Amino acid sequence: MAGQALLAARGLTRDFRGFRAVDHVDLDIAPESVHALVGPNGAGKTTLFNLLTGFLPPTAGTIALAGRDVTGLPPERVARLGVARSFQITSLFPQLSAREHVELALQSPSGLGWRFWRSATLMRRYRDRADELLDMVGLAALAEAPAEALAYGRKRALELAIALALDPKVLLLDEPTAGMGLEDVDRTVDLIATVRQGRTVVLVEHNMSVVGRLADTVTVLQAGKVLVEGPYEQVRADERVITAYLGAADAAH
Amino acid sequence: MTATVDTEAAPARSGLLAVARAPGWVRYALLAAGLAVALWLPNGLYPAVAVDILCWALFAVSVDLLLGFTGLMSFGHAAFWGTSAYLTGLVAVHAGLPFPVAVLAGAFGAAALALPIGYLAVKRTGIYFAMVTLAFAQMVYYVANEWRSVTGGENGLQGVPRSLFGLDLTDDYYFYYAILPIVLFGLAAAWRITHSPFGRVLVGIRDNPARARALGYPVHRYKLTAFVLSGFIAGLGGGLFAVGHRFVSLDVLHWTTSGKAVIVVVLGGIGTLWGGVLGAAVVVRLEDWLSFSGFEAIGLVTGGIFVLVVLLFRRGIWGSVAALVLRWMAARRR
Repeated sequence: MAGQALLAARGLTRDFRGFRAVDHVDLDIAPESVHALVGPNGAGKTTLFNLLTGFLPPTAGTIALAGRDVTGLPPERVARLGVARSFQITSLFPQLSAREHVELALQSPSGLGWRFWRSATLMRRYRDRADELLDMVGLAALAEAPAEALAYGRKRALELAIALALDPKVLLLDEPTAGMGLEDVDRTVDLIATVRQGRTVVLVEHNMSVVGRLADTVTVLQAGKVLVEGPYEQVRADERVITAYLGAADAAH
Repeated sequence: MTATVDTEAAPARSGLLAVARAPGWVRYALLAAGLAVALWLPNGLYPAVAVDILCWALFAVSVDLLLGFTGLMSFGHAAFWGTSAYLTGLVAVHAGLPFPVAVLAGAFGAAALALPIGYLAVKRTGIYFAMVTLAFAQMVYYVANEWRSVTGGENGLQGVPRSLFGLDLTDDYYFYYAILPIVLFGLAAAWRITHSPFGRVLVGIRDNPARARALGYPVHRYKLTAFVLSGFIAGLGGGLFAVGHRFVSLDVLHWTTSGKAVIVVVLGGIGTLWGGVLGAAVVVRLEDWLSFSGFEAIGLVTGGIFVLVVLLFRRGIWGSVAALVLRWMAARRR
């Protein structure tokens, strides 16, 4: 099992001042699958994300990417190895335009970022690709707009565009549809369904219909532990899950 | 930069980005005006004051490179300004080399000092970064104070020559024009850095370091590089300051010198680059005028102006004027 997984966690644990946010989690993300992490608030989903992307060092446990141990690597190294993430709370560069965001992401793997003696106009080499990606997420008309001027749903779309610009092996999306209207949710789901081709996607999502439409595998977390794992239909029918989480969520939707 | 970015929907951006987005002719006109003023300056002011303005312009720009473009508030930049001043002075006194070589040696020395200090400081942010830089600057100050055989201690380093291939530069008027190319080189370097792919990454790091890391940028190493480059430019200014005054006193390493550099940048406009130049001109001229008038409490006036600017014009002189002009232009376009 571990040999097949693209991203694998073993005994992953994270403590915050005595509070155990993630508790001995084993996780195997199969290549080219969409894997959803669900669970009530405080279940440890975002902490798990931060552990997988190097933003937090684990208290215990290991993380392997394509069989390589990446435990404790800083986030920029993890990103370079092909793990891109979006943030739960939109995280952009307020002053930069949408296109400049994508250009900055496209530039990252090259050494161009170190060239302090060259002109920034060199970054125009990324313009066509940047515009393609912006078009893909429906932001073509807003390429020049500074991020701070974008509406919420558009910011989420830009997050996705810059994550895709890294051409990652694994794409970790933290609540990509949070706070979106129905129309934007549909468009984002379609978009993820498109970009998952040839990629592995890990998704934290509260919206169970989104999970149902996208996920091959669902892991339900509760109080930092894996409660159930399996295909969506199976997880959905699981008694423990219904008691812990889905019952309440289904009633809400 | 592109001049095609005139989306009506996009609000005017602050600081340098706003100017960068102004039409091309505006930027060329500003550049021409700036060069004209630089060429005229020692005719309108005491040449010695004009020389000080040039040195402080470099110093301010080096601080703004960190404060405005990297999001790092260095409160110990006197360490680089002053170290270069002493190094330049020592090289000029003992080796008798042409002053530009001495200044360059000083600037490289300052950059070399910025490497270990920056390495330790960039691991912290905000007030902690400021405190670490201040602490190191204080250490440098005490070393210079104690190492009397080399620095002259409280007596300072006397008799720094202004040698340049036998040219007579004792007159500040001619000395001004001798250092102007070096200063313009330093300012152009700062402009290039902020308008490079590297500069774009710095702005990203300033605005959202976590996101920059998620994009794969090693934030610490970028900050450190910016810190060393900033130390070099501060060193250029400090070296020229030493040659300009033909004397290096301990003041160049004092923490109030670091503080003054920050004040100059805030006054001129953080993140505007040229605001620092403007701020340097205003502060140096004002201080000279006050001391010439026999006014003792200079700090009271500059401090008062600083407080006013922080409270009323948070974008500083350059930033406030740029915002006004851009608003006027946008209104006219409609």
